[in-house]
Amino acid sequence: MIILLGIFMLSLTRNEQDQPEPLILEIPKGWPKPEKNLFEKNPLTEQGFQLGKKLFYDSRLSKNGEISCASCHQQFAGFVTFDHDLSHGVNDGFTTRNAPGLVNLVWMQEMHWDGAINHLEVQPLAPLTAPNEMGENLDSVMLKLKKDPEYKHMFKAAFGNTGISSEGMLKALAQFTGSLISANSKYDKMMRGEVQFTEYEKRGYAIFKANCSGCHREPLFTDNSFRNNGLPLNRFKDIGRQQISNDPLDSLKFKVPGLRNVQLTYPYMHDGSIYSLFQVIDHYRNGIHTEQPTLDSSLRARINLNNKEKNDLVYFLYTLTDSSFLKNPRFGPGELKPVQAAHHLP
Amino acid sequence: MLLDCLAMAQDGELQISFTHSANGKPIIFRDSIYQNAFGENYNIYKLKYYIGQIKVEGFDKPIGISPYHLINAAGTNEISFKLPTGKYKGISFLLGVDSASNCSGAQSGALDALNDMFWTWNSGYVFFKLEGRSPSSTADLNRIEHHIGGYKPGNNVARTIRLHLDRDSIVEISNQKITRLIVSVNLDRYWDAVNPIHIAETPVCMQPGSLAQKMAANFEALFTLNTAP
Repeated sequence: MIILLGIFMLSLTRNEQDQPEPLILEIPKGWPKPEKNLFEKNPLTEQGFQLGKKLFYDSRLSKNGEISCASCHQQFAGFVTFDHDLSHGVNDGFTTRNAPGLVNLVWMQEMHWDGAINHLEVQPLAPLTAPNEMGENLDSVMLKLKKDPEYKHMFKAAFGNTGISSEGMLKALAQFTGSLISANSKYDKMMRGEVQFTEYEKRGYAIFKANCSGCHREPLFTDNSFRNNGLPLNRFKDIGRQQISNDPLDSLKFKVPGLRNVQLTYPYMHDGSIYSLFQVIDHYRNGIHTEQPTLDSSLRARINLNNKEKNDLVYFLYTLTDSSFLKNPRFGPGELKPVQAAHHLP
Repeated sequence: MLLDCLAMAQDGELQISFTHSANGKPIIFRDSIYQNAFGENYNIYKLKYYIGQIKVEGFDKPIGISPYHLINAAGTNEISFKLPTGKYKGISFLLGVDSASNCSGAQSGALDALNDMFWTWNSGYVFFKLEGRSPSSTADLNRIEHHIGGYKPGNNVARTIRLHLDRDSIVEISNQKITRLIVSVNLDRYWDAVNPIHIAETPVCMQPGSLAQKMAANFEALFTLNTAP
């Protein structure tokens, strides 16, 4: 009771003149240091994080007020769109790519399947303004934010007297999405010596290391490179990385996705064209389009696994599910505000 | 502190204004019709571009408070600086945005994404934006849409523009009066200074690459430096 009272007092004494409370992003033990410090010019604070979270879950950011960041990046599914090959935008539009999971982003230098985005802070500009995603323009977003007194208060608490700005909005969103670290799966616990793998998982892990970890490098389960994994050119004629680099050698290359929480991030691939993990492995066993000139050299000979090995590999991939991340209330929308009492019909 | 005061006492003010013309006429958005060297008529809806890293020759440090300015042909564009008194040979500036500033995340001021000069789907700034209409354009609505930018090696179109006054005149900065310079931008050269840009062939340029490089080769010839009358 005394402690509770203490916290209450603390929150009472905090006012708008106070400095935001700094946070330290903990790098999991044994993980590499991020190449760049995302928060060097955007110091991570509790108030910045909370503002970013509010923005992330606010559907008013879209043109018609129906789509928020979280509409397509759902926490319980590792921040992908659960069970959707493509996501929905405003006015019943469809995207042309599968929503990537927002996990362990501080280790990622280039965002999107084709690496078009060069900094996490500017990433939200793409979905905010794309006509088949949130369909909005930045001026209009600013007007909407400025009408909400709560935003006025939260921007001030996070960034001081700079007011509501696009810079503050983007920096706050990066504080929230950059904080999404998943590092507490069964795999992580096994690596820390806290649990043991089953025999299936052990065999699957060995198969993974022998066949998959060249691209899906531990502990992030991606090397963040762009590769052609032998999928056919899809109906959107999506040439991937070549669209950004103009280099024909980049044709059909896409970012190697991290596999954390992969059990829940189906359907898979940049276009969501493969539904289950078993079918993904089948693709690598016998579906690769080996005639493609830009096919990754590691896949020329395909991946030869028998059915038993395929099962073991899937058991291993299930160990990457991190329920403490998927259910962490800190990353969720938080408590819904009580709905005002409805008028009773006579 | 004393040194600072001394330096300030010896500073003079330089004011640079940018003025824009085509066919010898001022730029008026939408209503005015211009013609390029290939006989193609056009009008202009938007003309804006970034300049930064302004320097006076003979004084090596960039001057001015904000490293970047967004020049908009629709507005008055006066930039004022304090700099040590003396005689200078000319000025230089970067037309475009340096590589690091293209990769620095969310920014404010001239580089705020609200200025509609940032590619949202392929990160990086549009350095130079010309939009308009032309009967020669084969694009939708006869549009001209030239968004020229690119910071990556091989695609970098930022150009350092060096300008001197005619007849080897010098720029004199004194602490007695404000020195005024005019950077005149002649859009006629945009179409033909080095590479011919026909509206019929090139109504649209929307991403970094070889077309943007070809168009940026004409940038330097757009600018001349004059003293204010």
